[in-house]
Amino acid sequence: MQTPQVKCKTNWKAYIIISILVILLFIVSLAFGSTTISIQELWNHLILQSNQHDFTINVLRLPRALLALLVGAALGAAGLILQSVIKNPLASPDIIGITAGGSFGALCFIVFLLGVFSIKLLPIAAILGAAVVAALVYLLSWKNGVTPVRLVLIGIGIAAGMNAMVTFMVVFSETAVTTKAYLWLTGSLYGATINDVLQMSLWFSSFFLMALLLAKVMEVLELGDELAISLGVRVQLLRFALLFISVGLAGAAVAFAGGIGFIGLIAPHIAKKLVRYSLLHLLPITAMVGGLMLMSADLIGRTVFIPLDIPAGVFTASIGAPFFIYLLYKNRHT
Amino acid sequence: MMYISNNTKTKCIFVIVSSFLLVVSFILSLSTGQTAISFSDTLKALFQYNPADTEHVIVRTSRLTRAVIAMVIGASLAVSGALMQALTKNPLAAPDILGINAGAIFFIVFSITFFPLHSLVHFMWIAFLGASIAAISVYSLGAVGNNSLSSIKIVLAGAAISALFTSFTQGLLVIDEQRLQSVLFWLAGSVAGREMDMLLPVLPFLAVGWIIAVFLGGSVNILLLGEEMAKGLGQRVFMVKILIGLVVVFLAGSSVAIGGAIGFIGLIVPHIARGLTNSDYRWLIPLSAILGASLLLLSDVVARIVIMPQEVPIGVMTAIIGTPFFIYIARKGLK
Repeated sequence: MQTPQVKCKTNWKAYIIISILVILLFIVSLAFGSTTISIQELWNHLILQSNQHDFTINVLRLPRALLALLVGAALGAAGLILQSVIKNPLASPDIIGITAGGSFGALCFIVFLLGVFSIKLLPIAAILGAAVVAALVYLLSWKNGVTPVRLVLIGIGIAAGMNAMVTFMVVFSETAVTTKAYLWLTGSLYGATINDVLQMSLWFSSFFLMALLLAKVMEVLELGDELAISLGVRVQLLRFALLFISVGLAGAAVAFAGGIGFIGLIAPHIAKKLVRYSLLHLLPITAMVGGLMLMSADLIGRTVFIPLDIPAGVFTASIGAPFFIYLLYKNRHT
Repeated sequence: MMYISNNTKTKCIFVIVSSFLLVVSFILSLSTGQTAISFSDTLKALFQYNPADTEHVIVRTSRLTRAVIAMVIGASLAVSGALMQALTKNPLAAPDILGINAGAIFFIVFSITFFPLHSLVHFMWIAFLGASIAAISVYSLGAVGNNSLSSIKIVLAGAAISALFTSFTQGLLVIDEQRLQSVLFWLAGSVAGREMDMLLPVLPFLAVGWIIAVFLGGSVNILLLGEEMAKGLGQRVFMVKILIGLVVVFLAGSSVAIGGAIGFIGLIVPHIARGLTNSDYRWLIPLSAILGASLLLLSDVVARIVIMPQEVPIGVMTAIIGTPFFIYIARKGLK
């Protein structure tokens, strides 16, 4: 055990280090791609307003990097909240089917409602899908209360079922839509626009703010229902609100970048290594770690295999699955 | 758990009844579809084939192959699931839940992307390789630690391995758009669109797998008494386990090679068979095979008619039936 004072110091260190990493990665993301832009040119562009690389930077790379940051942040925060609410370090929106629910909602919207409503409502469809699945998982796990193990098991079952439904929608969409839908399902930031970034930042900031406001009571909830009740917390309502926030974050992320897995699982664990356990600090750090992860995954996907653009979801899974296995191994005696 | 039967006679009756169910499902599968064909015509097509009659041709070509494939896959998946549940002592074990199907799928997609392969026999061995790798990873992950093979751990390991292989597969397919179109329906699980000529070379291998599985029944019974007891009774536990593992992986892998991702059959059927046979694996395995074949045939019939003129991929159909079942078992409680 370290003393709180020492840890307080490391908190700030963590913020500084991660912010620097985010900025560095951001610059690298702007610089690399099928054409490399030198630091000098980047400087000219950003500071001296030269317009030599207007299209590449403003239209292609900037929105993509920003969206990756936001989506990764949303997924990380969603995972942290979920892990805290159901008290299981192995939970994450993708493993218990919330992401698949969001994908299904979004696909239904694309296939059935796109002519009727504007594409701007897509996030709502994704969030709705995610919410319905989350509610379903929660209700079905209820048997004199919800145990984390049952919730995760049932979540895995529902996820398998939802994935089949998603496949069904993809198979039945028109050929032109199929490839796009499939790319989107794998989780890709391909074709991000500045408009997407603005919308996503709106969704993210509103849900994230709610989460920050609830951070203190959330810690009380982690002490156990009984203690929380005796301290005057309305446990059921709070749990519902937190799940709602988590689902909202995950659903919005799915709407803009598809089924990116494992960030919600891993980012909270990394963040917990970096800062003292206080949710108020954990939330922003987790969000930044999540953003960092997705930015790197996307950067690798679009630069290492040029001219191919490999969906970021493939990389998050290939880092995420081994990490998940490590977590299982670490928790092997439980 | 209530066991319905305890003596050999009732078990015999169950086998006969389910065989009858299989025959009925088989004929139903041959006669339903876009052109409905009467039962008598279907039987005629089988036994008094007249090549000039269009209906006979339909039955003998596309539908017969399809029905045979559904039976083969259904039986293999169910047997594989039954053995897997015995080996892991976990009621939620099944080839799809534990990531074995995902492993096989990735290996197949990988090899058709990089090598010019066409024969189903090749796919079968590749699927076997992929399924083995997934199975070994999941089993060894589930087996580490004090509480080895605890239900939740092995299911979680399966979910992780499954997610890993699935996203690799997706990555490969996203890059290659043309291939995506051609494999997507297979990926969703389908028993349609294969030629009998492709299937025939695979059948002998599968038959060997089934026969070994049936003969393993007695050993599985002993193994389920506990490893100490089994050793005391002179069983070479390790060898038996390896053999079970090989059969599981081979049958599951081959099913994937033929029909893609068809889930939940391996989960549901053994539970039904267990209820009927009092967990006597000498009976449970053949009964699982028969019931698995019938269930997949019936699912295929439904998949064909619900949204005519199109069809639902059969993997989606089995997921619709299977998900509630999975939830039921998970709620009923695990160790």
